[in-house]
Amino acid sequence: MRSAIINRTQTLLTDLGEILVLCGETVASLWYQRPSWRDFLAQLYFVGVKSQTVVITTGAATGMVLCAQTYFQFHKVKMDTATGAVVSVGMCSELGPVLAGLMLTGRVGASMAAELGTMKVTEQIDALRTLATHPVDHLVVPRVLATLVAAPLLTIQSVFVGILASYFIGVELLAIDGAYYLSNMERLTDPTDVVIGLIKAVVFGAIISTVSCYKGLSCRGGAEGVGRATTEAVVMGSISILIVNFFLTLLLNRILVGF
Amino acid sequence: MIEVTDVHKSFGQNSVLRGASFRIETGEAIVIIGRSGGGKSILLKHLIGLLRPDSGHVMVDDRDLACMDERELLQIRSRFGMLFQMAALFDSLNVFDNVSFVLRRQRKHSPAEIQALVADALERVELPGIENRMPSDLSGGMRKRVGLARAIVYRPQIVLYDEPTTGLDPIGADRIDRLIRRVWEDLKVTSIAVTHDMKSARTISNRILMLHEGRIYADGPTDQILQSSDPILYNFVNGIATTKAEAH
Repeated sequence: MRSAIINRTQTLLTDLGEILVLCGETVASLWYQRPSWRDFLAQLYFVGVKSQTVVITTGAATGMVLCAQTYFQFHKVKMDTATGAVVSVGMCSELGPVLAGLMLTGRVGASMAAELGTMKVTEQIDALRTLATHPVDHLVVPRVLATLVAAPLLTIQSVFVGILASYFIGVELLAIDGAYYLSNMERLTDPTDVVIGLIKAVVFGAIISTVSCYKGLSCRGGAEGVGRATTEAVVMGSISILIVNFFLTLLLNRILVGF
Repeated sequence: MIEVTDVHKSFGQNSVLRGASFRIETGEAIVIIGRSGGGKSILLKHLIGLLRPDSGHVMVDDRDLACMDERELLQIRSRFGMLFQMAALFDSLNVFDNVSFVLRRQRKHSPAEIQALVADALERVELPGIENRMPSDLSGGMRKRVGLARAIVYRPQIVLYDEPTTGLDPIGADRIDRLIRRVWEDLKVTSIAVTHDMKSARTISNRILMLHEGRIYADGPTDQILQSSDPILYNFVNGIATTKAEAH
């Protein structure tokens, strides 16, 4: 039992160390090699455009449920019109980036790990290296850059749709006064909440892409290895997002809000 | 010139290379033979820096690959071409994009030049006009020939072949052998292949190295090795299985 815990801890620390090395190589690559626009745009299309359905659906569902639950509680103390503000602040600074991040981990992170893992076990990564091409230049950099750009944009989209959906539920279905709903939302939502959400989205984008690329590139074995790498990428990416989100919440509120 | 000196490589408890040493001169056609799982492909990957030795040296024109980082190795590798056992074509790219991969990244050829070079490389491997096909649409033999086109399109000085005929029918294998021989003769490259196919070894080499128990057991001209009366060489070349007791 004790040795299993030690082994697990060692593996985790090794993974973290190698992910940091990969981050360093990714930054260094930008110095050595001009990124390929063609590869970047292809990844941006895959990460950004193709993820819209899942992110919009998640945002809308979250906004509606949050609105309904908040209303049910606030109605008891006659604070119905504050519902919009709770939804707005919650979506901008927490639920928007976190849920978009988790959905991206499932859709994009899994795909990246599986694709790179398959390339690894079929010797395509070695072939790349024999063709005088650094795998980080060709495979990792376009994916990381595309995710860094796409994650905040998708988060904005998710938040916007979530707030829109909450308005529909709150005003049309639960009969909250629309003018007060919007007025309170505008009054209590600070631009800092939006900034916090966007910073988180960028950080989550970095986590998703580097963890997934690392798991893919370090994949071993055949089909089973690819499956394992994919699962590990999703699990590690999701848990990292949840843990990092907690510390970012404390840190960003301390820095930007002064709490 | 490639010089391998006392290379050791282990994976966990499994010691694969135990002091392999040899030297390959420019323009030679070498085949490395040995039992399956004996470390031939591992040795080949050391020659291009895909793997690093635990100890020992791999010198390419007096530069030690073991001391280079990945980016320094990229420069050395531009002098190599390599055909992988399963061809290792990029399955998301069509044949043209696979073969032109290096040329496009070099950014020193115009699109028309790239098109001409790709067409020439595909012509050399007897597969003209398949630029738009995807790797998944090709047979095993065709994939290997496209892999060969990709390996020679940028005119490397050294071409490595990892089990070039494995998984092919006799006619497909013979075609690959002839292509390898032609690439060596026409492009004046140094050719290094690993195989356990003796017919292939006879066709594509002028010198054979035998890897046995992690070391180079035999090294000599092709005819001499294939006609050797040494029991280990003789049994391997003629495909005769022996028990451990018989071998000793």
